[in-house]
Amino acid sequence: MTHFDEACAAVQAALDAGARYADARVMVRRTETMNARDGDVEDLSSTESAGVGVRSLVGSSWGFFAVPDLSPAAAAAAGRRATQIARASARVPGPPMELVPTAATEASWASACHLDPLAVPLSDKGDLLVRATAAAKGAGADLAEGIYQIWDTRKWFVSSDGHRIDQHVRECGAGITASVHGDGEIQRRSWPSHRGQYGTRGWELVDELDLVGHAPRMAEEARALITAPPCPAGETTLVLGSEQLALQIHESVGHAIELDRILGWEAAFAGTSWLDLGRLGSLRYGSELMNITIDPTIPGALGSFGFDDEGTPAARRDAVRNGVWVGVLAGRDSAATAGLDYAGSVRSDGWARLPMVRMTNVGLEPGPHTLDEIIAATDDGILMDINRSWSIDDRRLNFQFGCEIGYEIKNGKLGRMLRNPTYTGIGPAFWRSMDMLSGETVAWGTPNCGKGQPGQIGHTGHPAAPARFTGVRVGVRG
Amino acid sequence: MSELTLAGKVVELVRAAAGPHVQTEVGVHHNAEALTRFANSAIHQNVAEATTTVRLRLHLDGRTAAGSTTVIDKAGLTALVDRTLAAARMSPPDAAWPGLVPPTPLTAAASGLDEVSAVADPELRAAQVRAFVDAAGGLETAGFCRTTLSSAAFANSAGQAVEGRAVEAAMDGIARLDGADGVARLAAASLADIDGAALGARAAAKARAGGRPVELPPGRYEVVLEPAAVADMLDNLSTFGFNGKAYARGQSFAEIGAQQFDPAVTIVDEPTRGGGLPFDIEGTPRGPVTLVRDGVTAAVAHDRTSAAETGQVSTGHASPASRSWGPMALHMRLVAGAANGSGVSAGPAADSAAPLVSGVERGLLISDFWYTRVLEQKSLVITGLTRNGVWLIEDGEVTSAVGNMRFTQSYPQALAPGSVRAVGGPSVPMPDRWSGVRYTAPALHLASWHLTGNASG
Repeated sequence: MTHFDEACAAVQAALDAGARYADARVMVRRTETMNARDGDVEDLSSTESAGVGVRSLVGSSWGFFAVPDLSPAAAAAAGRRATQIARASARVPGPPMELVPTAATEASWASACHLDPLAVPLSDKGDLLVRATAAAKGAGADLAEGIYQIWDTRKWFVSSDGHRIDQHVRECGAGITASVHGDGEIQRRSWPSHRGQYGTRGWELVDELDLVGHAPRMAEEARALITAPPCPAGETTLVLGSEQLALQIHESVGHAIELDRILGWEAAFAGTSWLDLGRLGSLRYGSELMNITIDPTIPGALGSFGFDDEGTPAARRDAVRNGVWVGVLAGRDSAATAGLDYAGSVRSDGWARLPMVRMTNVGLEPGPHTLDEIIAATDDGILMDINRSWSIDDRRLNFQFGCEIGYEIKNGKLGRMLRNPTYTGIGPAFWRSMDMLSGETVAWGTPNCGKGQPGQIGHTGHPAAPARFTGVRVGVRG
Repeated sequence: MSELTLAGKVVELVRAAAGPHVQTEVGVHHNAEALTRFANSAIHQNVAEATTTVRLRLHLDGRTAAGSTTVIDKAGLTALVDRTLAAARMSPPDAAWPGLVPPTPLTAAASGLDEVSAVADPELRAAQVRAFVDAAGGLETAGFCRTTLSSAAFANSAGQAVEGRAVEAAMDGIARLDGADGVARLAAASLADIDGAALGARAAAKARAGGRPVELPPGRYEVVLEPAAVADMLDNLSTFGFNGKAYARGQSFAEIGAQQFDPAVTIVDEPTRGGGLPFDIEGTPRGPVTLVRDGVTAAVAHDRTSAAETGQVSTGHASPASRSWGPMALHMRLVAGAANGSGVSAGPAADSAAPLVSGVERGLLISDFWYTRVLEQKSLVITGLTRNGVWLIEDGEVTSAVGNMRFTQSYPQALAPGSVRAVGGPSVPMPDRWSGVRYTAPALHLASWHLTGNASG
């Protein structure tokens, strides 16, 4: 069963009402989420959501309307309403705007999936979380929590530029967290990260995480953190594990290279960017080791797709090459406004939300070292990993991150465990200090990227490997 | 078909499929939200949606499952029932199931709802944006104008059946001048109660006062926080402190009956005054809940699960996510103090902050907070940044703009006994990033705030 007819009806109605361009996405999404605590399932919910969202362009003004009714008549009415809204936008118009061209395409794409996560028996999935949280609890956690999440999304996209594309994207992931309550503070350890690991894959991804096998160590480390010395305050050499570096990339590179932010379109909420388009191609973002790519073609990564939500085919592109800023995340309108000739990074969180510039997979290319080599080459420093808190200013410059766990590095060896490790810095200065980078890359998935008004939750991927940074301020406390 | 009729129909579908002993609760929520967004002084995004969502939770033979759908034809509802029943049958026993709400009348009736503005024509929202942009006098502007109508019903197999509506209008915008941003925002029950021109002029006045900022060294500063910054404090106190699940698990700072705040602090959650529905998704009627009275922690927000866990009763704060993330009070109001503003804002200080500025020998006037995140949950140590304007206060006068700074601060500690020098007035309703969430706050004069770095380095 397809929904191209409804999408076509919506687009045609928008055009008939006066739009010079229109597109429509019919989306049907099923989700399933389970939470477990201390060996019991705590919450199990599933959702089904279906509807059509229509985007209409009149002059330089956009309108968008969405309804949960998939009849052709309702879709056509939504198209007309989108054009009516676009006309209202023209009361406060912007400058003339075009869309960068994208080839008319009829195509179909699906993410690879060996074990359909919705087809795996609930009892098996529940048993996994029950056993993992029970194992953590049994190993000394005061609170052991587990979660899995599944998204199954089918979309049918039609545009007045000749697109007719259907996609089926299956995503899932899972994780566990062990918490121990100390005197006035709580310490936690998570596997493989606090929210878990996610990808555009089947349940085989979750099987590979071995949640049960890692649960006891998480509890033991959380308890050890309660009595571990605090991360010292000062300036030092910092080694980050790949999970923390993935979030560092997300916050201080991924959002900064979003073209809508650079153009000021997010100024009042998500913020702008410290990047100036006039320096695209010449600005030194980081050290020579810093090579960041925008790559939605990575098999299984969470930010992968066949086509973005404007019909632009997935393609790999450099964002930072040898430390120099060379590329952005763009959509058809923002690219044309900026005088660029590529788009491909526009997505929406469901049929009821406007497609907007979003990260896909934004990650570091592998470096020449290993984590062991990095530690061995460090006389005095701190290793931190697994994100616990994150904060960055509205221009994506000043960041402060907290991690779950840290270790001293002395004379090339790991030393004592450190609790409450934090570090802070300014993006370009931090990235320019990166002097060692491992090749042990993991494509971490971030399923909770917030942006937009009304709010949208995006799914992004971030290949990252352990890396070393010099002269970093650590141990910031209140 | 009304939302209540639809809810009752789903209750009957479950009964027909699983027999009379299944415990069923059904919520039907129709949401019509429209949001006009502007940037670079032009409308660049303009969206609307009208969605009806049916949520089903059932408890069968000691096992619980929940589901929802936007597909509300016969096939969609039948699929929801079948899927949720299958999930319940395959779930482990739920020892924490708190049972259903018995038939209980609503305690707060909706009144004065301006449903005209709630389904406002895009032309009306565009007119508000036009007024904001024009009043900024040529400064670059950005922001949004939003209207929301929520119409909902709840029915369960124990006989509870309630329905209600809520509306919200909101505008939030900035004006920008040479790198300085000024902000103005307001939530209201009607679009007619929002003056886009007044907000635009206010944002522009702040931006004009933000030029040539100085950088100050990190350290502890006396501060006057404007209502937008105080709203962020309320948000974090709600999410991590007055959260019944966090409280039940010992992860919250809250101690009922303890003098944890300055006596000047009284916080009330008022869902039905703040654009919320008169019942929660478990069907529990909602009304005002005093969380802090004269500095003494009086209550936390509960759904039926966290209430049962702590021997309390639900306060009507169940949400689709409350069993996972905990029940939260999303319509908190910090009660205004005696130091009321003149009603006219001039210069950088908001109306409710101006009287407080005169009482500061040396400190900072802070407009807004940004990207606040928890470093330590129990003590609620938060890191974040200032945004949309900071000024140095010397001898009771604003003397210069200050560059944005990072802070690392325990929120309860900042409000602890002896730490609140003054509470301003009036309390201003602030729209949240999510419609249906509102924090109402006055300005606060606090003895100490820990600034831990400059935003520039």
